Amino acid sequence: MGPRLALMLKDAGLTAFVAAALGIFIVGFRTVDLGGGKGLGFDYHLVDLAVAVVVIFIGRLGLSMAANGLRWPAIVLGVAMIVAGASPMKLPSGFLHWFVALGGVLLVIRAIWPWANDAIGAVSRTPSGVALGKAGSKWFGWLLLAAAVLMPFSPFADQKTMDLGVLILTYVMLGWGLNIVVGLAGLLDLGYVAFYAVGAYAYALLSTQYGLGFWTVLPLAGMMAALFGIMLGFPVLRLRGDYLAIVTLGFGEIIRLVLLNWFDLTNGPAGIGSIPGPTLFGAVFAETPPPGKQTVSEMLGIAFNGNHRLIFLYYIILGLALITNLFTQRMRRLPVGRAWEALREDETACQALGINPTNTKLTAFAIGAMFAGFAGSFFAAKQRFISPESFVFIESAIILAIVVLGGMGSQIGVVLAAVLLIGLPEWFRDLGNYRMLAFGLAMVLIMVFKPRGLVSHREPSIRLHPAGSGGGG
Amino acid sequence: MAEPSILSVRGVETFYGAIQALHGVDLEVAKGEIVTLIGANGAGKSTLLMTICGNPRARSGKILLDGEDITALPTFQIVRRGVAQVPEGRRIFARMSVYENLQMGAILADPANFNSDIDRVFAMFPRLAERRDQRGGTLSGGEQQMLAIGRALMSRPRILLLDEPSLGLAPLIVRQIFDSIGRIAREEGVTIFLVEQNAFHALRLADRGYVLANGRVRLSGSGKELLANQEVRAAYLEGGHA
Repeated sequence: MGPRLALMLKDAGLTAFVAAALGIFIVGFRTVDLGGGKGLGFDYHLVDLAVAVVVIFIGRLGLSMAANGLRWPAIVLGVAMIVAGASPMKLPSGFLHWFVALGGVLLVIRAIWPWANDAIGAVSRTPSGVALGKAGSKWFGWLLLAAAVLMPFSPFADQKTMDLGVLILTYVMLGWGLNIVVGLAGLLDLGYVAFYAVGAYAYALLSTQYGLGFWTVLPLAGMMAALFGIMLGFPVLRLRGDYLAIVTLGFGEIIRLVLLNWFDLTNGPAGIGSIPGPTLFGAVFAETPPPGKQTVSEMLGIAFNGNHRLIFLYYIILGLALITNLFTQRMRRLPVGRAWEALREDETACQALGINPTNTKLTAFAIGAMFAGFAGSFFAAKQRFISPESFVFIESAIILAIVVLGGMGSQIGVVLAAVLLIGLPEWFRDLGNYRMLAFGLAMVLIMVFKPRGLVSHREPSIRLHPAGSGGGG
Repeated sequence: MAEPSILSVRGVETFYGAIQALHGVDLEVAKGEIVTLIGANGAGKSTLLMTICGNPRARSGKILLDGEDITALPTFQIVRRGVAQVPEGRRIFARMSVYENLQMGAILADPANFNSDIDRVFAMFPRLAERRDQRGGTLSGGEQQMLAIGRALMSRPRILLLDEPSLGLAPLIVRQIFDSIGRIAREEGVTIFLVEQNAFHALRLADRGYVLANGRVRLSGSGKELLANQEVRAAYLEGGHA
């Protein structure tokens, strides 16, 4: 025990030293304007730095203890940090309280994780646990769906929640769309947002320039995006892995730059405004009807309520997302869907089985892009204003993160990851600037504790009955 | 050799960049035959098999399948004409179940035949039937080889190309695999072209054999003749029969 403890202390000391050396310039002091023409002076934050270094020392020590089986000391350290963070003790900034307490929470989680894992594993191996797990995975999706359908009628469905719901569902749909390309066909696409942009601009332009309605443009936008998917697909057919990722990244940027600079068509950085929203059987959602149109509240004979539009949007995106999901589930059972999965597993073996890799890749790109196009025109109809600002690389990265953290290829995993990655930062808006910290933390935690994604289990595309009827399809 | 050739390789030369791997290989496989190609490491055996499948492509020479020139066709088109491969290293789909792997083999076949075809594969390899819901990657090496052969058979090929099916398998399993290859030829009437380093087993099974050395056919003859040939014995068989 002695030499090991000494090693851990040395390691923690080294970590603290590195933190101090880095932190002294970042946290330790900053220059401030002294005012009155006295020039610049230093504002020292050495207490902050000292607290941070101590926390890092304790945290590192606790982590290596936990990793070496010394769970109880690690838990004690973690609890001590939580208590210190939550105590009324005077620290120079509120953030330090959070920092100390959150560090403690992480340490405790890390220390008890192996136990929790063992316990869950033991329970799930008992017969009733196995049955529960089977029923759970079977019903979980349906439960989520029921919750999603009933959400607008629940008491906490205020405008903020509904907005968030629409946002999450948009990302669920995008995640499911990208899942076809990345999760099923195994083609790493870092420029997925380009197709989202194509769909959004297709609807924005066709509706404002030619007066076409949402439901007319929706399939057109999907087709446009699919066409762009094929356009991207052709040059990257021979590329794999990193190289493919770089080219798709470039493609996404090209689309954004074209939108930004093709001023005559897209109105450049100023964007396109006053895009009409979706209609319900020709009726619009507005308090007073525009000339020649009817409002939904008139048509249904109910009092106008601003929330109705939001609820309508919510159900549209829910419907679109479900179509994406059903389509994907169905495709997985068809030869082309199985060819996608085979392509992901082994391209050489695919060719040996007579699969045409060109067509297989192009269909994956086209269909994935098509769903992004649908989502894009929904986005334009919801926002009523779009500009290239909405289609930056970070969007592609977030959608990809949803797919990867959800567990490549898992449909339900995408939902969970979208709720976590989109919902959490919104719920944590109160954290202000530390919001993205929580986002990053959530990503790191998922990758530490669930390295293969939230749902890493792959559903077989076919289930056989134990009796073994041997029937195909 | 009374039967007409189903596969003819005529003067094929293949290059990897500037390096020539095959120097004008001639070879015939008749319908219903088991033909084996043996040779040392690096002789060009796998290269020839892959060239037949169109990747890499032959720089000169001709490959005929039932008289049709397939030299310039892409791999998937060659496969669609009834050439099935069991690639080196098996290359089964590790994350798919045994059943799904076999489904992948039948992806181009007529769905009406699926049930009877899969029953035939399961009858030939009962081990696969026992493990049909198991993921391919969790099978033993021998089972994976059976799965790779079964998957290739699901496409109802006219000719089956096998690349070193004995690679990395225990002697007992190798014997089983070779037995099944013999049965595929005799009972199913599938022509077999077998590339092997395990010359003893391959020549005992084969009707005819070719010996490849440095990218050229050095010897050819019936399996028995080659087994008895002094040169073959010295180069490929001494040091014990696996």
